[in-house]
Amino acid sequence: MDHFGKVFVKSFFVILIAIAVPGFCFASDTIKLGVAGPHSGDLASYGIPSVKAAELVVKEINAKGGVLGKQVEMLVEDDVCKPEIATNTATKLISRGVHVVLGHICSGATKSAMGLYKDSNIIAMSPSATNPALTQSGDYPNFYRTIASDDAQARLEVDFALNVLKLKKIAVLHDKGDYGKGLAEFARKFLEDSGKAEVVLYEGITPGAVDYSAVVQKIKRSNAEAVIFGGYHPEASKIVGQMRRKKMDTIFISDDGVKDDTFIKVAGKDAEGVYATGPMDTSKNPMTQSANEAHKKAYGSDPGAFFLNAYAATLALLNAIEKAGSTDYDAISKALKTEYVETPLGKISFDERGDATGIGFSMYQVQNGVYVELK
Amino acid sequence: MEYFVELFLGGLTRGSIYALIALGYTMVYGIIQLINFAHGEIYMIGAFTALIISSVLSLLGLNTIAIFVIASFVAVIYSSAYGFTVEKIAYKPLRHAPRLSALISAIGMSMFLYNYVLLAQTSDFLPFPNNIPEFKFMEPYSHIFSSTELVILTTTTVVMILLGLLIKCTRIGKAMRATAQDRDMAMLVGIDVNRVISVTFVVGSATAALGGVLIASHIGQINYFIGFIAGIKAFVAAVLGGIGSVPGAVLGSFVLGWTESFATGYVSSDYEDVFAFIFLVLILIFRPAGILGRSTAEKV
Repeated sequence: MDHFGKVFVKSFFVILIAIAVPGFCFASDTIKLGVAGPHSGDLASYGIPSVKAAELVVKEINAKGGVLGKQVEMLVEDDVCKPEIATNTATKLISRGVHVVLGHICSGATKSAMGLYKDSNIIAMSPSATNPALTQSGDYPNFYRTIASDDAQARLEVDFALNVLKLKKIAVLHDKGDYGKGLAEFARKFLEDSGKAEVVLYEGITPGAVDYSAVVQKIKRSNAEAVIFGGYHPEASKIVGQMRRKKMDTIFISDDGVKDDTFIKVAGKDAEGVYATGPMDTSKNPMTQSANEAHKKAYGSDPGAFFLNAYAATLALLNAIEKAGSTDYDAISKALKTEYVETPLGKISFDERGDATGIGFSMYQVQNGVYVELK
Repeated sequence: MEYFVELFLGGLTRGSIYALIALGYTMVYGIIQLINFAHGEIYMIGAFTALIISSVLSLLGLNTIAIFVIASFVAVIYSSAYGFTVEKIAYKPLRHAPRLSALISAIGMSMFLYNYVLLAQTSDFLPFPNNIPEFKFMEPYSHIFSSTELVILTTTTVVMILLGLLIKCTRIGKAMRATAQDRDMAMLVGIDVNRVISVTFVVGSATAALGGVLIASHIGQINYFIGFIAGIKAFVAAVLGGIGSVPGAVLGSFVLGWTESFATGYVSSDYEDVFAFIFLVLILIFRPAGILGRSTAEKV
């Protein structure tokens, strides 16, 4: 037994080394780009377009000889948008030796993963996490994003409600999540500071509840002319649907969690007239057109949410590594902040806090079943 | 006053849906003392079946009422078959195992079913057509109480009455009551207990599927995960009313529906669930067996 035990332990170590050694060898051969986000579950429609964007950029760059003469390798991990799972996702990516990460997608998941990346000196760039604290709090120095933060969206929503629609009574709702509540709090603050309109109702709703008729009755009783909702499309379509069924024509203004074609598909005719903020339309940019075409060619469909942001983020990350001349944390950080890069979103760089310069939001409205940008 | 009525009716509708699901929990618990956690998934499968059938039928150009009735009917049959099969696969082999094993088997079944639907169908939210017509006579009241809500309430009432008759007046109902009282004794006097249990699962699944179809028509969307939250809420309703008791489950569901509706209406929807669960705790402190539950001494 004793002999057998020793042999077993020895062979165990031999196997361990045999597995580990090639791992180290590969580590220096490629630039490893982690891609994290929801790739399954009910928010998968937010995460999968980013994987496709990264695939397209990586394929193009590898065809041109890669970064620093090395091929770029993608490591894709699913976090289903859940903070508690995102830490596992991050740990997995770190243990597989990623150099930079594209992701995560949802703000809550991003926050919980950032600390782990920070401890391992890894830079992460999100195409979609809009929570203001990610850049403004200073707690996440390794965080960058190619989307404007929530307060920019809330500012646009409030300005639109006050100056374009000239509303006086507004109800602010949110889904109690990091993203939705953050946005709703900004909206409430901006509304109160403006002094031009009254916040007649401020409430959090329970995501996934069986129905929202009580909340809808409450909106009706508050006599709100419009609802500003911070959250995602499943709840938004339920609330809009129930309002319209109760014969309420209350204006519905929301965010880019709702500016998703799934919202229009699910809400159907009830979606007509709904306002939602979303990233500026960059369809005139030639890079955008070629990116969209490449997507169509590779996957046979139009790209989904945050595709261009993810495309830009991947370009920015790989460009920074190229310019920095290494995968060193400080060198990449410096390159991100000083070097400009041509992306489908325009020529971008990053400010001290990690927000991309030159990226903003526009207001969209559902008209005849599609989102139309309002000028 | 109008506001109160609106909240009251909203709570009633919500309670009706909970009741349709809670019946399955309470009946199964009454007969084999098992909490069937896969029950919420049966509700979800009912809604999905109805969606598929109504999409097919609408291609054939049938009128909406016919589509709704046929789709509900097929959903009920199909989900009953699921309920029957789940019992045969996951619970029957564990009939004499410790109760905990069956409970874990139930949780496993629940995960299996929703992941199965996730893979076989989609992870996206899907629009659910509202094939319930807008009644003319409801027009003046539609801002308070929609036709769909009226249909939900009527259907629930009819189902409750039919179920009451089934349990009180039929042979199989009598056998169910006997099995609930004492399974071994029921077996000794010649009742086919396996058949009784199967019937219980089939009936419970049928009502849950009906609930699924109705709520999906009401809110206009479904996805693979709707069964989880609805299942938990209905389970709470069943416990509130006294698990094992059929009238208790119905009462518990309405109480839960009203609590949530009034808490949202008069306090804040932030605390909707908080109030629902505070209410549950309070009731269980003062009536540990639930509102209508009978506390029985455990036989040692």
